[in-house]
Formats: sequence, structure tokens, C-alpha cells
Amino acid sequence: MNLEALIASSFDGLMLGFVYGLMAMGLTLIFGVMKVINLGHGPVIVIGMFAVLVMSQALGINPYLTLPVVAVLGIAFGVVMYFISLHRVINAPELTTLLATFAVNLIITGLMTVIFSTSPRGLDVSLGALQFGAVTILGTRVTAVVIAVIVTAALYFFLYRTRQGKSIRAVANNRNAAELMGIDSTWMLALSFGLGIMLAMISGALLATLFSFTVLSGGGLETKSFVIVVLGGLGNPTGALFGGIIIGLLESITTIFIPVSWVPVLEFVVFVLILLVRPNGIFGAR
Amino acid sequence: MKTLTNAPFWLLLVVIAVVAAAPVALNNVSLREDFFLILMLIILASSTNIIMGYTGYVSFGHIVFFGTGGYIAFFLMQSLQLHFVLAALCGGIAASVMALLIGVPVLRLRGAYFALATIGINEAMRSFVTNFEPFGGSIGMFFNFSVYDAYGGAKNAGQLAYYGIVAVALLTVAASFLIKKSKFGLGLMAIREDQDAAQVLGIDPARLKVLTYTISAFFPALAGAIFFFKNGIIEPGPAFELHRSIEALVMVMLGGYGTVTGPIVGAIVYDRLRSTLITAPPINLGTLTINLSNFHLVIAGVLLLAIVLFVPAGLIGWLRQRFAPVRRYLE
Amino acid sequence: MTPILQIEQVSKRFGGLLALDKVTLNVNAGEIFGIIGPNGAGKTTLFNVINGVYAPTLGRITFRGENVTGLQPYDLSKRGLARTYQVVRPLAELTVHENVTVGACFGRENLPLEKAETVADEVLQFVGLTARRDMLAGKLNVAQKKRLEMARALAARPIMLLLDEVLAGLNPQEVADMLGVVRKIRENGVTIIMIEHLMHAVMNLSDRVFVLDYGAQIAEGTPQQVSSHPKVIEAYLGDPKIAQRFLEGTG
Repeated sequence: MNLEALIASSFDGLMLGFVYGLMAMGLTLIFGVMKVINLGHGPVIVIGMFAVLVMSQALGINPYLTLPVVAVLGIAFGVVMYFISLHRVINAPELTTLLATFAVNLIITGLMTVIFSTSPRGLDVSLGALQFGAVTILGTRVTAVVIAVIVTAALYFFLYRTRQGKSIRAVANNRNAAELMGIDSTWMLALSFGLGIMLAMISGALLATLFSFTVLSGGGLETKSFVIVVLGGLGNPTGALFGGIIIGLLESITTIFIPVSWVPVLEFVVFVLILLVRPNGIFGAR
Repeated sequence: MKTLTNAPFWLLLVVIAVVAAAPVALNNVSLREDFFLILMLIILASSTNIIMGYTGYVSFGHIVFFGTGGYIAFFLMQSLQLHFVLAALCGGIAASVMALLIGVPVLRLRGAYFALATIGINEAMRSFVTNFEPFGGSIGMFFNFSVYDAYGGAKNAGQLAYYGIVAVALLTVAASFLIKKSKFGLGLMAIREDQDAAQVLGIDPARLKVLTYTISAFFPALAGAIFFFKNGIIEPGPAFELHRSIEALVMVMLGGYGTVTGPIVGAIVYDRLRSTLITAPPINLGTLTINLSNFHLVIAGVLLLAIVLFVPAGLIGWLRQRFAPVRRYLE
Repeated sequence: MTPILQIEQVSKRFGGLLALDKVTLNVNAGEIFGIIGPNGAGKTTLFNVINGVYAPTLGRITFRGENVTGLQPYDLSKRGLARTYQVVRPLAELTVHENVTVGACFGRENLPLEKAETVADEVLQFVGLTARRDMLAGKLNVAQKKRLEMARALAARPIMLLLDEVLAGLNPQEVADMLGVVRKIRENGVTIIMIEHLMHAVMNLSDRVFVLDYGAQIAEGTPQQVSSHPKVIEAYLGDPKIAQRFLEGTG
């Protein structure tokens, strides 16, 4: 067993884990506030990827500088998506909202396929690398981690320190009570959906700086997000971050011990077991 | 059972049987292929409806039974030269046993948690099979030419597969009808409406749900066995395709969940719509040419959204709500 | 005569909250047994423990000579225990007739479907819902839903019936109708335990009354004995409106 290899892959996994965490946070925030599992999560991540691609290639902007634009687009798109696909059925049984968001999934995937085809794409970003013995740390990964942390911190600041954020938490806690207190719950639901979509799109943008991708990359990332969200507890953003790190580490470290193709088996078995044994996540209350 | 003397029950089965006989009578192979797919979708949608429409448990990963049944039957035919019918039955029973085993813990979960767990089970199974060498790993398995010889060649095997799918479709629809109209089915619908109230009324939800899940796993497994027998090749991707699972849910919603005929109508409409879109000629708008086949996903999505938002009861559900006399004939 | 239901030293704890504190009571066959107490006294929890929704933390429950402590609600239903909910729980997307058929199918007699359908029609007649037979249960008004709850419970042909505030939310005419139904049920030999806030109703109907406060028994006896019990007056004086009603109901 090679210790250096272990350290190297731990670092890789840890860094990737932050981006995964950010990705899953979008899903879990939406569930936490409105009890909707967004089956359009994957395609939204892909929109984030292609938004960076288009802006950086067509307009020649540095990919990282497009992130604020991606964030604004994300909120706007999320709010629109909420009013089109969810507002009417927000109080319906979960099957309805699952299918409504899945319909959006089909629409986005269909449109993206028409526009971009399904051929693989990649961003040409290189920020050099740091070398510590056998451990190589890529600049792109470090940057992705820093951005993921900043976005998470900003989200928490918003949720806990601003009026709108507090209103969102009130709505998540008890929608009727929040309405009695004079909070416009419709707008808060739309806004939190917008935030969830924004997080997914930013994470997509960051993933695009790390890996090549296609219009269909969303499927795998969406199921990965489910695993992370369940690990951390449905509806718990901090849990999602930890869940993301766990999955990042799991993916990188286990490959030293078992063939890489067995990792998903492990992931999904753990996923189902956690749902059964600790449905509130490994950090949540039983 | 009163249902067995019920006219709509027999009428429905006879209509399906007569329509399904058409490609054979006309000796039309391409029509037979179309019908094969529709009948398979009817099986998937109807069996999903038994657990989702009657019991209220949305099984997002129901396709896991299709894949499992398909793989086990394929393996038995390929390695042990087991007869197709026997192999399919083994696949069906294996899927039901699997549903029984995973159903006991998983059906304790409610709502979104159950839906997520079924997705997880399908993904776990798919990634496991991808690594499972006896099943050919990520490459899958394909028949030696000799396998079809036992059935008089590939052409006859295709015919046999068609008879098989017709039989399973009739069986699935009959089971769906009998369950809906039975005491068992009434218990399921009570669970769907309010599980706690149902318990107080004397229903043991755990037992009924697990039994239902076991039944609803049997039919897609048979369909999987027949489908991959006909194709002569099985791979993890197509066998455990989550997308197909969700399509089955769409068909159930389209036709009307909790009804017997809804999933049938849903399957037919969905399939026709998709193939119409895929094969539609391009539309010329002056300089702009729109190729509808590229937009088939988009149109399917818009249609689904429209149904979910505006006709949540589905086509048959809507008819039943709107025209009370219809209820006696359209279950 | 041995009581039909014996509750001995039953406690129920939810985390730090002791919802029931060593409750002991006996119910005799054929009587109407009233349970009263201020809001939050633990009345509904007591029902939930009796019919198996919650297992008691401590204590023992005997129904018809059999220890039924910790049995599931469906086991108790099969043994002849039925209940209604304070907040009605119709099976909304099923028809009124189907709702009642569920009760008959899975109740004490465990009837086959066709037999249960006949029983359901009889019970609907009994509670006066025949005209609404084919309506969806979710579309009924409150009074009708209360009757439906009653019908569903009766269709199980229970030996004992737990009624949780069947009169709440009804207008005076509907209350009078419902009281008639309750009396008729007792005449058919069914033992009834009822939780009720309408004092005059519970005092007029009950053979014996049991008073709970903060999860513990504070009084038990005939309506006359209970209404003059100092602890009961004290418990209710916390809520002057109820105390007023209380005195009117028995005065």
C-alpha cells in the first residue's frame, strides 16, 4: 500500500467533495423549504456547464469571471421554473411535483440536445499545479474549492443574517405560521427554488472547469446528488457539504482498494441503507 | 369472485387479445414489432400502477425488476439452455422474491424517501451487474446462434416472443383488474388514502404493501425476459434504464393513475406520440427548417407538464370524473 | 362481572412529556363511559394507547380477558375495537360506500367483499347517509364526515367503540341527531367510550364519567358524583367558559 498515493487521492477527493457538496446543496435546499425533490436538478447543472462554455468561448471571457452571471441567470431561471412548473401544484402529493420537475428535465435536456448536440465538450482552463512530493494539487481544483466555500458562506449569511433569508427559513419551518406573520410565502418559495437552481448551476460551472462534459452529464450527477443529500440528511445544507466531502473521499480513496467500477455499487448500497436506518442522514437526529 | 362474471373485465381482455392478434393474422412483421413495444409498455405501466396507483407508493425504480428478470432468464437460457418459458418464469419468480426481500424494509419508508430508495436500488443493481462477470459485466451477454435453433430459428423465436408478450400483457391487465375489484385492492386504496386510518380500520399495511410490491415485480420481470430473449443481447444500460421507469410513470399519469384502463391508454398514447414525433417529416418555414424528431423530448416534457398541471387525473380519470355513467364500463 | 376493558397503571411518555400518568380504569360491558378533561389532558393519547396506535410506556391493558398491551391497531380492530377520529379522516378519493365497506371488510368479522358491501349499505341506512352513498368521501361536509367516521367504525361490527369528539363542530340539530345515533348503538349492545367537550351531552349520555387532567385521573364516578367533585371544578375553573358550561350541563 502506497501512502503517498493515499494522500494524493485523499486531497483530490476532498477538493472534489466541496464541489459535490455545493451541487447537492441546491437539491437539499429546495427539499428543505418546499418538500420537492427536483428531478430537473441534473439538467440544471448542465445548463451551468454550458453557460460557462458559451460565455467563455463566444465572448472570450475568463470562465471564472462568468460565475456572477451564471449565478444571476440561475436565480432568474429558478424563479421562472418555479412559477411555470411548481406553483400550481406546490400543495399536491409529491408524485405531482416529482413529475412536474421531471417534465422540466425532459424539456431542458431536449432543448440542450437540439442546440449543442451530445458530443463531449471541455473548457480549456489551466491554473498550473502545486507539487508536494508525490502530491500534485491542480490550481483549478483549489480555485473550485475556494469558490465553493465562498458561495456556501454567502448562502449561510443570506439565510441567517438577512430578512429575506430568515423569511425563507420561517417558510421552511411552517408555511402557514409564516404566512400569518405576514411573509409572502409564494415569493419565498420561488426565491428559494431560485437559490437552489443557482447553486446547481454554479456547481455545474465549477465542474466544467475540472472535467469534460456532455449535454447528458446531468443524469449521473443528479443521482450522485441524491446520494449526497441522503447522506447529509434531506433538507440539511450543511449536511450536504459533509455528504459531498464523504462521497468525494469515498470515490477517490476506495479506488486504491477496489476497482473503480465497484465504487457506484458501494455508493448506492450505502445510500439505500442510510435511507432505511437513518432517514435524516448520518448527522441528523434519528 | 364477482369480477370473473363482470362484462367490462372480459370485454377489456378480449379487445386486447383481438387487437394483438392483428399483426399475426396479417402476417405483418413491422406491425408486430410496434405492437410488441406497446404491449411491453402496457405491462410496465400497469404493473407500476398496481403499486403506485392503488397503493400510493411511487416506485421510481420499478425497472429494476425488468432488468433483473431479463438478466436471470437470459443467463438461464444462455448457460443452461433452459427453455424460454421456464427461464422467463424463473426470472419472474426471482424478481418477486427480490421484491419481497427489499420490500419489507423499503416499504416502511413513505413518500419521497420511498421514491428515492427505489432509485437507489435500481442504480445499485445496475452498477452491480456492470461488475458481475457471470452476467458478462459491462459488456453484457449475447446469445449463441444455437440458442434460437431450439425454437426453430430466429424468425420463429420472434413470433414466440410476441405470443409471450401478449400472454403477459393479458395476465398483467387481468391481475390489475382483479386486484382493483377485490377486498385486497380496497385495502390497498385505503392505505393510499390514509395509512394510519387504514390500520385502525383493521388493515395490516406492511403485509398488504409487501404482497403488492411482490406481485407488481413479477410482470415487468417476465416482460424483461421476453424482451431480451427477442433481442438476443442484454446489457446493464438498457436493462436498468431509469428513464424507462420514469416513462412508465408518465404513462400511468397520462392515462389516469389508480384506474385499470388508464395505464393501457397512457402506454398507447405515449408510444404513438413518441413515434409520430420521431418519424415526422421536417417542417419548412421559409428559411427555417424545424425537425420535429429533434424536439421529441421537449414535446414529451411539455405534454407531461400540461397533464400534471391541468389534468392530474389523467385521460381516463378525467372521463370518469366528467361523465359518471362511464364509470361502470371504464375501470 | 369482569369489566370488558381494564386499564391498569398505564403511562405514556413522549420524550420529556408524561402524557399519561398511571391511569387505571375499568369499563363494563354495555355502558357508555365518558372521558372528560381540559385541552391537552391526554384524552386522545389515552384512546391512541387503548387502540394500539401507541404502545404504553408502562402498564397493562386487558380487553375481554385478554392482555392486548402493545398490539397493533389492526389486531385490536379484529378483536372488536373500533374508533373515530377527532379530526375526521375520510378516505377522500373513495366513495362513501367504499369507505364503509373498508370498515366491514377488515373489521371484527373480516367479511368477504360482497358481504361487506351489503353490511355497508345497512350501516349507511342506520346513520342516514344512504343518499350520499356514491359521493367521494372528501366532498362531504363536516357533519356528514362525522357520520361517515361513525359508519365506518360501526361496519366493523365492534364490541367496543371509541368516539373521539363526534359532536365537535356540529350545529344543535346535528348534535341531537348524533346523540340519537349514539343511543341506538348502545341499544345494539356496543360498549362505548366517548371523549367529549360538550358537557351536557356527556353528562346526559354517560353511565360513568372519568376525568383526566395533566395525564392523570382526578375523578371517576357517576355524572352527579363527578360534577360535584372539588378537583374537577378546580381543573375546569382554569377555563371559566367551560366551567360555566359544565355547571349548566348538570344544573
